[in-house]
Amino acid sequence: MLRFIISRLLQAIPVLLVVITVTFMLIHSAPGGPFSAEKAVPPEVARALEAQYNLDQPLWQQYISYLSDVIQGDFGPSFKYSGRTVNELIAAGLPVTAELALYAMLVALVIGISAGVFAAIRPNTLQDYIPMSAAMLGICMPSFLLGPILILVFGIQLEWLPISGWGDIPGDKILPALTLGTGYAAYIARLSRGGMLEVLSQDYIRTARAKGLSERLIICKHALRGGLIPVIAFLGPAFAGLLGGSFVVETIFQIPGLGRFYVTSAFNRDYTMILGMTIFFAGLIIVFNLLSDMLAIWLNPKLRQQARGGN
Amino acid sequence: MHSPSQTSQQRSSLWLDAWIKLRKNRMALFGFAVLATLCVVSLLTPWIAPYSYEEQDLMLGATPPSAAHWLGTDIFGRDMLTRVMYGGRVSLMVGFIATAVALVIGILWGAIAGFIGGRVDAIMMRIVDIMYALPFMIFIVLLMVVFGRNILLLFVAIGAVEWLTMARIVRSQVMALRKQEFIEAAYSMGLSRWAIIRRHIIPNTLGPVIVYTTLTIPSVMLLEAFLSFLGLGIQPPESSWGLLINYGVETMEEYPWLLIFPGITLSLTLFALNFLGDGLRDALDPRASKD
Repeated sequence: MLRFIISRLLQAIPVLLVVITVTFMLIHSAPGGPFSAEKAVPPEVARALEAQYNLDQPLWQQYISYLSDVIQGDFGPSFKYSGRTVNELIAAGLPVTAELALYAMLVALVIGISAGVFAAIRPNTLQDYIPMSAAMLGICMPSFLLGPILILVFGIQLEWLPISGWGDIPGDKILPALTLGTGYAAYIARLSRGGMLEVLSQDYIRTARAKGLSERLIICKHALRGGLIPVIAFLGPAFAGLLGGSFVVETIFQIPGLGRFYVTSAFNRDYTMILGMTIFFAGLIIVFNLLSDMLAIWLNPKLRQQARGGN
Repeated sequence: MHSPSQTSQQRSSLWLDAWIKLRKNRMALFGFAVLATLCVVSLLTPWIAPYSYEEQDLMLGATPPSAAHWLGTDIFGRDMLTRVMYGGRVSLMVGFIATAVALVIGILWGAIAGFIGGRVDAIMMRIVDIMYALPFMIFIVLLMVVFGRNILLLFVAIGAVEWLTMARIVRSQVMALRKQEFIEAAYSMGLSRWAIIRRHIIPNTLGPVIVYTTLTIPSVMLLEAFLSFLGLGIQPPESSWGLLINYGVETMEEYPWLLIFPGITLSLTLFALNFLGDGLRDALDPRASKD
């Protein structure tokens, strides 16, 4: 296991390097500098600004100095919010986005797993068709559609829940979490149904049944562990998706999180901000993929043996 | 030696089998029908749209659905049905073209890696692994920011993201097939490599490829709608369902139909494509349909 973690962490280094290099090159090949959008400034002011952000140095020198800053965890100053650093903005937005993602994941796991297991117990009956059709509906209802509809119904028509903000009014976290979590609940329902069906047809389940164990015990104790492996494997990629989803949900509900910062800085062409956040997101995604792989190995004895074999 | 008639018979029976299975699946047939209708409507839009794309009626403004405007009008008095039809052209086009880009790259990459094997395969698949780890959604946002919101770039960017899974599927298919007895038998009968690829490898990989293609189209369309919703995809005067939803959200309190109709159309299309894909998987991929 340790060897697996180390080898995966070593693999992450070139990936991060590629991310940093590609984003850096992309941004520096962009037509128009970061200050060209604003009204024309006197040339000496422009030069002073460029000197402040090291833009007057040759590209490779900028790259090297940026790389060494990033390795030390410093993403530099923001282009647009003068006086603030990218680190400060990430530190301000991360707790909000993390909380949102956590609630969304909870919604997704609770609804998804219970629907999937429920459906798998009696496949090809109504008990299967109804939750699975609902899941299909959830997959085909993107968050940028579901969010406004929830706002329209529960916020504006029924006036049950607040429609924007984060932590200002009680209950304002419910709609964003539901919006972000529902799509994943649908995927998780399908995955856990498939996983459970596969496990339930295996010999050790037949053995458990032959021993006369109750169906409840068979499902909860024996089948769930194996049946949820596909769900665990999905968690890593799902996390990356949650980040993307947070762009939409935070924009719709006006939540001051990382996703909204990212979209705003994309519109403002705040280059250092985009650069820093992209690298930060890449790092997060790598870590979460690793965690979900580790969980999957821990749950699956076959994979565990392979990992121990150093492969 | 080998008898071509037998091969073709086998192949046709595979497709016939699949068709019989698919025909029994009502949801898949429904999906197919919806999709076919959408494609025909999109192709004929310039001729059958009730109003012209640019036509505005500022005096009229936003009106709810009526006999003259089945889906109502937007704040500029533009007919929503016409706008949804034209938006669908762009959405479907992005879906098909970007998927085609992904298909070509993915099949070539996977087939070469799987067929050559060895070190070439290891390097090629390592590249795929590395690319999997990249936050692509963020890269696409970045591309759109840096190079302007260009529709061609959108095709390439989305296609470049979606080919990875296709490459993996094709490679694993080819790898599995290479070791099967009937391929060995074909070699021993003196068939050329090309004949084996053409007659055995391609038909046998086609099933999963078709299935995955059908499932890639909705995810591509979703990605486009996502970007357009954020204002980073399709730009006016072009229109797409994602962009229409974006506009609809802005005025949904006063004019909910501007959000609801493009929303329903997009969801229905995704629904149809997913059901068709699932149906095709059951029909064409015998291993996946065992449960």
